[in-house]
Amino acid sequence: MSIHDKVNASVSRRHFLIGASLTGAGLVIGLQPSLSSAAAGDLEPNPFIRIPADGKIALIMPSVEMGQGIYTSVAMLLAEELEVTLDQVVLEHAPADPTRYANPLLGDQITGGSLAIRAVYEQMRKAGASARMVLVNAAARGWGVAPDTCTAEAGQVVHAASGRRAAYGSLIQAAPSETVPQDVPLKPASSFKVIGQSVRRLDSPEKVNGTAKFGIDARPEGVSYAAIAICPHFDGKLRSVDDKPAMAVKGVKQIVRVEDAVAVVADNTGAARKGLAALAIEWDPGPSGDLSLTDLEKRAEDAIGGKALPHIKEGDVTKAEAENGPVHEFVYRMPILTHSAMEPMNCTLHVRKDSCDVWVGTQVAGRARQAVADVTGLPLDKVVVHNHLLGGGFGRRLDVDGVILAAKIAKQVDGPVKVTWSREEDIRHDCYRYLNYSKITATLGSDGMPVSWRHRVIGPAVMARWLPAFTRDGIDLDIMGGAESSYAIPNKYTEFVRHEAPDGMLTGNWRGVGATRNIFPIEGGMDELAHTAKIDPIEYRRRLLQHKPRLLGALDLAAEKAGWSNALPQGKGRGIALSEDFGSFAAMISEVGVGEDGKLKIDRIVCTVDCGQVVNPDTVEAQIQSGIVYGLSAALYGRITVQNGAVVESNFDDSPVLRIHETPKIEVYIVPSSEAPGGIGEVGTPGVAPSLFNAIFVATGKRLRSLPIDQNDFRRV
Amino acid sequence: MSHSLLVNGSEYAVDVDDDIPLLWVLRDTIGLTGTKFGCGIALCGACTVHVDGLPMRSCVLPVGDAVGKRVTTIEAVGDTAEGARIQKAWLDIDVIQCGYCQSGQIMSATALLAANPSPTDDDIDAVMAGNICRCGTYPRIRAAIKLAAKAG
Repeated sequence: MSIHDKVNASVSRRHFLIGASLTGAGLVIGLQPSLSSAAAGDLEPNPFIRIPADGKIALIMPSVEMGQGIYTSVAMLLAEELEVTLDQVVLEHAPADPTRYANPLLGDQITGGSLAIRAVYEQMRKAGASARMVLVNAAARGWGVAPDTCTAEAGQVVHAASGRRAAYGSLIQAAPSETVPQDVPLKPASSFKVIGQSVRRLDSPEKVNGTAKFGIDARPEGVSYAAIAICPHFDGKLRSVDDKPAMAVKGVKQIVRVEDAVAVVADNTGAARKGLAALAIEWDPGPSGDLSLTDLEKRAEDAIGGKALPHIKEGDVTKAEAENGPVHEFVYRMPILTHSAMEPMNCTLHVRKDSCDVWVGTQVAGRARQAVADVTGLPLDKVVVHNHLLGGGFGRRLDVDGVILAAKIAKQVDGPVKVTWSREEDIRHDCYRYLNYSKITATLGSDGMPVSWRHRVIGPAVMARWLPAFTRDGIDLDIMGGAESSYAIPNKYTEFVRHEAPDGMLTGNWRGVGATRNIFPIEGGMDELAHTAKIDPIEYRRRLLQHKPRLLGALDLAAEKAGWSNALPQGKGRGIALSEDFGSFAAMISEVGVGEDGKLKIDRIVCTVDCGQVVNPDTVEAQIQSGIVYGLSAALYGRITVQNGAVVESNFDDSPVLRIHETPKIEVYIVPSSEAPGGIGEVGTPGVAPSLFNAIFVATGKRLRSLPIDQNDFRRV
Repeated sequence: MSHSLLVNGSEYAVDVDDDIPLLWVLRDTIGLTGTKFGCGIALCGACTVHVDGLPMRSCVLPVGDAVGKRVTTIEAVGDTAEGARIQKAWLDIDVIQCGYCQSGQIMSATALLAANPSPTDDDIDAVMAGNICRCGTYPRIRAAIKLAAKAG
């Protein structure tokens, strides 16, 4: 069972994976003590809603906004049941407080894994509904009428029979004496007014005019600005540095040393960067100082034959292999990847003797607070995290290494200091998606259909470090996400070979997590089998998916929209890839061509998705577009190399990402569904590489199995 | 040394070396944080501002070179006809996701529209290829530029 199956199962059972011990089922019943930003007397029926006497109702966002549109979607869920319009609300970042703002499925204050809507779809509506019921009861009592003769609309309680109306703000004195209802009925989908409508994002206006505040925009009174150099070698340390050249730069105030980094503090970041550039820093490269990518790839190659832990076992693969033969074997290889979010890593802190403020954009506010408490030795309740909008997350901001480093520097600085990483530091000190290899072994029956399927996954166990609850008997359930595959094959065996990066090279979560790792070899492998069997790749998949109506639905719609049955001229090809993960079902068809010049051109990508009940259709489309572009960058360019125990790439010149002129036509179609909502932020990414590879095979006859795509592969000799 | 800068119609006296990039003077010294840092070497376009109406990468433009010129940032680009049209189209199409690169995207798109009222796809590619978006808003950026052009 993958992490996402576990999550889905726990959703359907209506109890929670590991969150129960921390936050119960989510909705905190009862009136809460005021938040620091609340005015005295505001009504806080639960941690997510704050109603003032006048003005806009504050909705407190338990997930962070990093582009995925969650602020708008969560506001829609709350507004639907609270009966307010979206122009009556203002959104606030939640403070760092996992006791109130933990994702109920993850048990911690984490935004990731495309889990937000799945986790809070019911919780937020109940929060809205219970607050509305309290307000209705308060108004009814004041009017001396029965609550069920009153309704709520657009921020008012209405008693239609007498024509009386009371704005929510006018009820906040009376409401606290009302009992908070324990039984909170929710609207049926047929009565939704907001959910399911394409609503414009609530965070767009401030992002269009430059007033939106990201972590990097924090400017507390008296702030200084730091530029940093981190030891380029994975396991290295600072040996020595002479302060003088930097101190001679106008505006530079201080040089700070920590064990593996140097920071120059100045009155603006430009002066800090100039000072840093003037320094001749000597690093001790440490024990891994001679490592190269060739070494790392050799180690990963050796690990393919290493000791594997069994994951899923159905039927008897060994017996089936012996009985059927020949054994088809494919090894798919994925490189080291960065996240390269547009906002480089940064963190601003003011460390005082008895307290600390932290300004940052993080996917893990609670962990950030804990990390700062650990570095400074301050009690947890003396550390205040001011979370911000995130200039991209993609998994990078699920780690707090940047917060820890900034805290070590800020401890040595008098007053607040903003630590901003250069793009070079951001690329050379990421929490990388590490080398990930997959070996697929399959046998076919006389009808050409697979009888056995063995999938060995080789890669790091990020969850062992990051969220041990998502490991089982030494197996990282996240890296195995989707490995079991959706296909009905009588004999299946999946297994995990743990293979870690060298010491000092941080590895982490990357958009699409397990699915981006496993859908690539599975969908490539399935395509190879279909071509071996000389059966149309879509027909082949269909035969294996009769038990998966939602995936079939997405597949059929994609085939229709892409014109799968229409022939293409020579040199062009279409490729299909399916994915079932994050509680959603997607089909992607890429159409490519290779010209006489040998250059690959991606003409079009069609993606269909069944993600259950849709909250904001426009966001679903945007997230699929986004996931596809992210996947294209990785498929075409993503590859980190290593020399002398250090990452070689440094900026967007040697670590390029997709640009507008390279972006193909992308079409997104939503399969209507009334099933429980699935995730969407990561659903667009996993299918990109395999659908491209499968299309390239049709166009060129070349079967690629390693990422990124080597464009030279298509030059005709 | 002290410089006098004209930014968004206001004069600012700033005391920094002339080779400090304009980006940091805007963000840290003056406090206009709408202009973003992305790469530091003019590869990503997040820091794009207008200098005498022309799009420039402020991360590599020495502040000394901006003295005596009109600097316009995202905070004031809506005061121009093209800027207002681009911002409106951005909202109408709902282009934005994380939003970090979008100040630069809007500054580049505004400059494109000012120079070329009805850009073709190739024109859009030529100008906007300098601006990276990791959220992949490119299809919507293209649509929004066309919408803004049509509204002109």
